[in-house]
Amino acid sequence: MNKAFLKQRLKYWLGGDILAGLALTFRYIFKPKVTINYPYEKGRLSPRFRGEHALRRYTDGTERCIACKLCEAVCPALAITIEAAEAADGSRRTTRYDIDMTKCINCGLCQEVCPVEAIVEGPNFEYATWTHEELLYDKARLLDNGDRWEPILAANLEADRRKA
Amino acid sequence: MDDLINTYFLPLFWMLLGIGAIIGVVLGATAYLTYAERKVLGAIQLRKGPNVVGPFGLLQPMADGLKVMFKETILPTKANVFLFIAAPVFTFLLALSAWAVIPFDAGLVLADINVGVLYLLAISSLGVYAIIIAGWASNSKYSLLGGLRSAAQMVSYEVSIGLIIVTVLIQAGSLNLSEIVEAQTGGWYVFSILLPMSVLFFASALAETNRSPFDLPEGESELVGGFNTEYSAMIFAMFFLGEYANMILMSAMASLLFLGGWLPPFEALSFVPGFIWFAAKIAFCLFLFLWIRGTLPRYRYDQLMRIGWKFFLPLSLVWVVVVATVKMIGGAS
Repeated sequence: MNKAFLKQRLKYWLGGDILAGLALTFRYIFKPKVTINYPYEKGRLSPRFRGEHALRRYTDGTERCIACKLCEAVCPALAITIEAAEAADGSRRTTRYDIDMTKCINCGLCQEVCPVEAIVEGPNFEYATWTHEELLYDKARLLDNGDRWEPILAANLEADRRKA
Repeated sequence: MDDLINTYFLPLFWMLLGIGAIIGVVLGATAYLTYAERKVLGAIQLRKGPNVVGPFGLLQPMADGLKVMFKETILPTKANVFLFIAAPVFTFLLALSAWAVIPFDAGLVLADINVGVLYLLAISSLGVYAIIIAGWASNSKYSLLGGLRSAAQMVSYEVSIGLIIVTVLIQAGSLNLSEIVEAQTGGWYVFSILLPMSVLFFASALAETNRSPFDLPEGESELVGGFNTEYSAMIFAMFFLGEYANMILMSAMASLLFLGGWLPPFEALSFVPGFIWFAAKIAFCLFLFLWIRGTLPRYRYDQLMRIGWKFFLPLSLVWVVVVATVKMIGGAS
């Protein structure tokens, strides 16, 4: 029956730990809140954020994609389907570039493997739809995404390059 | 004819008006207690809580009420329909009827009966029936086990609550709630020999209303939803609101028995109406309920039973003797 033991017993019977817990939670009531009011406020996204896909173009408007099909090969979810043909200027181009967004797992391997930075995952994550069909993206939709997000996409790629 | 009106209809009218006022106030307070709970818990967890419906989310209870009213009431095929519906109604009825003897201010009480405390004890004991009936009538194993748990818990803590109230009765020398409050004019019972009993009373109230950290009946990880597993829509809401109304009732009891009811903390503050002090004390107790819910983890079932029977009950029993002895010695000298 030493002093420390008695002290510990006294603390136990007087609910010392409960009071300490209550004091802690009381302090937390007055701390600044961390809630982000989502549709009105949004969290910060990393330049490496992997959201909705986009097919990019060069500044002169020609498609970057050279139909090498590396992304189709690497895609672990088999979400990408590509068909290619010779274009009028003799270059190799895709005639079909589909991504099934309901299969896609947003792993980012396609943008990782792309030699010309054509397919990228952009910062957009708000592309929920009412139907399954709306999430079966074709080439036109992906190019359209690219055109819409290009300034941000280019800036993100640049920021990432600077870091590396 | 005038005689008839003056002796029967007029008092009846005033009484009905009083009942209506009490029900209105208690229901409103219950609705906003759910809002307060979400705000307080949110603040403790560094969240904002409801803030979208109306200014500061103040219309959230209305939105919840509307939602719950438009939901489908599902009656399980094997349930005993009459008892299944009667149980939540009974809970709600009890939570409201107990307010008949609560004095809001000096003389401001619906039924100033001399056995007010006894009436409150009787009403709060009946609450167990509603829960066990709900658990049985649902005809579901989870409901039945949850109901049995709740019943066991409430019965266990009722025993020590009874003894704790006895200590107050000895000190005040009356069963009339108004007189108990008047007896605290010199000093509230929390700041007297009854201090440990007030702590015990509050802890027992937590267990009695099935609140955290004694919220085992709704320990979802072990028994789905407790006795109200099969309940949905408005009949579920009645259980839910009944539980919150019981919290307010227990806070009111704690205020009356230990915090001096409508009495102001200092004589100098007596210009503030008594019912405001009473409401403030209830609000303080309710904040304690929510604060404790935001702090403590749930007790294990055997711990709950151990605290109830091996700690609260003997201590309150000893304290009855202590208070009685002190009172007798004090009275003799």
